[in-house]
Amino acid sequence: MSTANGLNLTLKVWRQKNNKDKGKLESYQVTDISPDSSFLEMMDILNEQLIDEGQDPVAFDHDCREGICGTCSMYINGEAHGPGRGITTCQLHMREFKNGDTIYIEPWRAKAFPVLKDLVVDRSGFDRIMAAGGFISVNTSGNTQDANNIPIPKLEADKAFDAATCIGCGACVASCKNASAMLFVSAKVSQFALLPQGRPEAAERVQNMVKQMDEEGFGNCSNTGACEVECPKGISLENIARMNREYLSASFKAEEA
Amino acid sequence: MSWFKETFGSSIGRKFAMALSALFLIIFLLQHLIINLTSVFSEETFNSLSHFMGTNPVVQFALQPVLIIGVIFHFVMGFILEIRNKNAREVKYAKNEGGANSSWMSRNMIWSGLFILFFLGFHFADFWIPEIIHKYIEVHPDDPNRYYAETVHMFENPIRVGIYTLSFVFLALHLKHGFQSAFQSMGARHSKYTPMIKKIGDAYSIVVPALYIFIAVYHHFTQAI
Repeated sequence: MSTANGLNLTLKVWRQKNNKDKGKLESYQVTDISPDSSFLEMMDILNEQLIDEGQDPVAFDHDCREGICGTCSMYINGEAHGPGRGITTCQLHMREFKNGDTIYIEPWRAKAFPVLKDLVVDRSGFDRIMAAGGFISVNTSGNTQDANNIPIPKLEADKAFDAATCIGCGACVASCKNASAMLFVSAKVSQFALLPQGRPEAAERVQNMVKQMDEEGFGNCSNTGACEVECPKGISLENIARMNREYLSASFKAEEA
Repeated sequence: MSWFKETFGSSIGRKFAMALSALFLIIFLLQHLIINLTSVFSEETFNSLSHFMGTNPVVQFALQPVLIIGVIFHFVMGFILEIRNKNAREVKYAKNEGGANSSWMSRNMIWSGLFILFFLGFHFADFWIPEIIHKYIEVHPDDPNRYYAETVHMFENPIRVGIYTLSFVFLALHLKHGFQSAFQSMGARHSKYTPMIKKIGDAYSIVVPALYIFIAVYHHFTQAI
């Protein structure tokens, strides 16, 4: 049964059986998609259809479906998380598209994010970067001290919080023409570097995280600003400049072990 | 010196080195422009400045090699970064809307840079190498008044003026992104100063190439007078 506003769409979806498969774009038709449904709900409808037809459903990452977990990815019509700003794919609604549109749906493309299946990529490179230094080595629970003991200017606290809103989705890497992870790594470096608890390990942290980032095979930053525009959390390029400062001063000033 | 190798071998260190060489070349471009501009106003000043630059041993044997090293470093590092960046994405997107989130200039620094490199090759073969042969190989007697007439004569050729004009348009595109990008790569970003740096960069990227073009066009059209 079709509705008055239902969208009929052609989907060009990247299908790839596994990490070794070459993969290719496959065309699918979906009909009568409600403009009020989310993009992931539209993908669910496509998968129901594929299952009914006895075909393999499209594998894609998703979890919270409310824009906070950073799991959903997808490069939609040439942009990370599709058209729209400050949103993840689960927050993208079908009202952004017109009846009869062709929609390209591809996985994040980066050497450091190998495709596992269809639209699912391995983002564990981000985990390894975090493990290299994205933490503070003190116990922060159970022995909380009075906040007045460590006064922090409001502006610095806000900047640290803004940096900490990064959900590690990888849209920055996907959008960057160089598949650079600088926005992600700089957000993680900044959230600690801006606060007194993060300072003692700041030099070591930035050096280790940048080293791991380079080893993972991410590209260099060309300062195009694409990452900042596509980031669902609006992480600022200011963080990249801060990381450059932190890294360079750490490299030049730190004593050799 | 392992820390040095590690720092300048890292993605941030390479971009820092790229930015340093860029700022050096930005300063050089301004110095070159000021000398060239005097040719529009005063034959005498242009001749004396050119003679100084062309014969002073510090300029010739200390500053000139530094400049050549700076230029070579900038484009070789540019190629290295481009290759590394291309390798970071082995499979391209079937559909990519680069224009939705970034400027053409920022995405095509390699192409504007390659065109400028082509111009530098032309400028070397057309001007620099004949100068070196004139001064150090054929060893002509020193004539401090030859520069103005030679420069004006060069711009008689409309093809040369066309190449200059096109090349400086590409330089403008390169500088439009590159000027402010160099500061970002060095970590020099501040809510008070960055807007000013961007404005200065925009002005520099338009005014400096435009004046280079003006000099070439001016001498071309005032030949017969």
